[in-house]
Amino acid sequence: MKRRTIVVYAATIVLIYFAWYALSLMLGSNILPDPFRVFARGFEEIATNAFWVHVEASLLRLLAALFFAFILAVPAGLILGSNERLDRLFAPLIYLGYPIPKVVLMPVIFVLFGLGDLGKIVLITMIIFFQLLITTRDSARKIDREITYSLRSLGGGRLDFFFHVVWPVSLPGIFTSLRIGVGTAVAVLFLVESIATSEGLGFYIIDSWGRAEYATMFVGIIALSIIGIVMYEIFELLERKFCKWKSL
Amino acid sequence: MGTSGKFLALEGLGKTFQNEKESKTVLEGVDLELAFRDCLAIVGPSGCGKTTLLLAIAGLIAPTAGTITFRDGPLAAPERRIALVLQHYGLFPWKTVAANITLGARLQNIDVPEKRLRSVKKELDIEGLDHLYPAQLSGGQRQRVALARALLLSPLLLLLDEPFAAIDTVTRERLQNNLLDVFAQRRFSFIIVTHNIEEAVFLGKRIVVLDSNTRGVKAIVENPGMGGTQYRNDPVFFERTTELRGILEGLE
Repeated sequence: MKRRTIVVYAATIVLIYFAWYALSLMLGSNILPDPFRVFARGFEEIATNAFWVHVEASLLRLLAALFFAFILAVPAGLILGSNERLDRLFAPLIYLGYPIPKVVLMPVIFVLFGLGDLGKIVLITMIIFFQLLITTRDSARKIDREITYSLRSLGGGRLDFFFHVVWPVSLPGIFTSLRIGVGTAVAVLFLVESIATSEGLGFYIIDSWGRAEYATMFVGIIALSIIGIVMYEIFELLERKFCKWKSL
Repeated sequence: MGTSGKFLALEGLGKTFQNEKESKTVLEGVDLELAFRDCLAIVGPSGCGKTTLLLAIAGLIAPTAGTITFRDGPLAAPERRIALVLQHYGLFPWKTVAANITLGARLQNIDVPEKRLRSVKKELDIEGLDHLYPAQLSGGQRQRVALARALLLSPLLLLLDEPFAAIDTVTRERLQNNLLDVFAQRRFSFIIVTHNIEEAVFLGKRIVVLDSNTRGVKAIVENPGMGGTQYRNDPVFFERTTELRGILEGLE
């Protein structure tokens, strides 16, 4: 992580901390517990196994959904972006599929795939899939004709074109999409974990809220936020490592 | 090497681009021949089909009429012994200089000895740039990297599409000299497409003028005096540039 990023993060945390503290004084600590109480509860919670069971369940669902969305959407996006005829053929399907709020299909997905991990993972995957597909396809479309000529004149074939041109050209867009996708995925994760489950940070937050344990609820919110931030930074780090040329 | 017959011959070459709405003929009835170790410059106004002609010779676009013969055989696809340097160098921005230079050899499964690689880099003065990306290079360096990549494949025919267009005058002249040095030391022919009259006269033993009205060859100017870096100061050089300028002005 860059030094500047660390400073920005630290400054933001300090700002949130003071704003939170001021707000808790105004609203009363029962509704909005002050940050000291939340952190004290946080330290108690991370010492328990139960807390980590929730973290593990959420992480597993999130990573599985990101993985499946990646292996389905990226190859499809690369193929569509570099093949005009296929792109034209599938364009209506994508135009129709993308704007539909997939989250409203939650009951249907749960009926089809069950209320367990599978149903939850399928729903998150579906939502990130379209984001990732469209970004990858659009990135792959941006290939300069001169680069295509250059590769062909060097003796490159169709597979080489994918490996040496389409993939590296699309990679920065894929990472951007993954970073945006993490935010969406964490939001949907919270939603799906608030229904018909007893494991996961979404459940942990809703359950604490139901029991009016607001400090514990905030511990869950912070944990889920940390997961989102860490994954966002991991993708940013990977982008800097594998797309170094882009920032020159 | 099989170069005793026709090295490169274009007969009645034509190219029409067609899409759903219209068709546009860019080249029509182009006849040209090039001998081994010959050098040809192609000039003409914008849109006269210079680059199209070069891409057809590179096997990258299929002509709609006529034939291209390379080393006594028909040419229909990119050929291993024909190398191309494009206007914007055709370097891959995501690959380092080292990866860019060796890409052609890698794609064609040619084992390039380290000694040869070093010698090409030295010849073109691009040593020490291996770990840099194209965006970190100057225009002249990029051009030399593109040329190194082409030369590493030991081409018999080198095609250059306005390779010095985006480079300042001093660097351009140095690179033109560089090209002539390489040409004198190695065994290949080259065709250079340019819009620069002086460059065409300096680098072409024959200068082909393309006409956008007839979409074919307007004139071929013989320029046997070229070949040395001092040619720029030769009165013949000025005569040729004047002659060429006259032909090009007549096309407008």
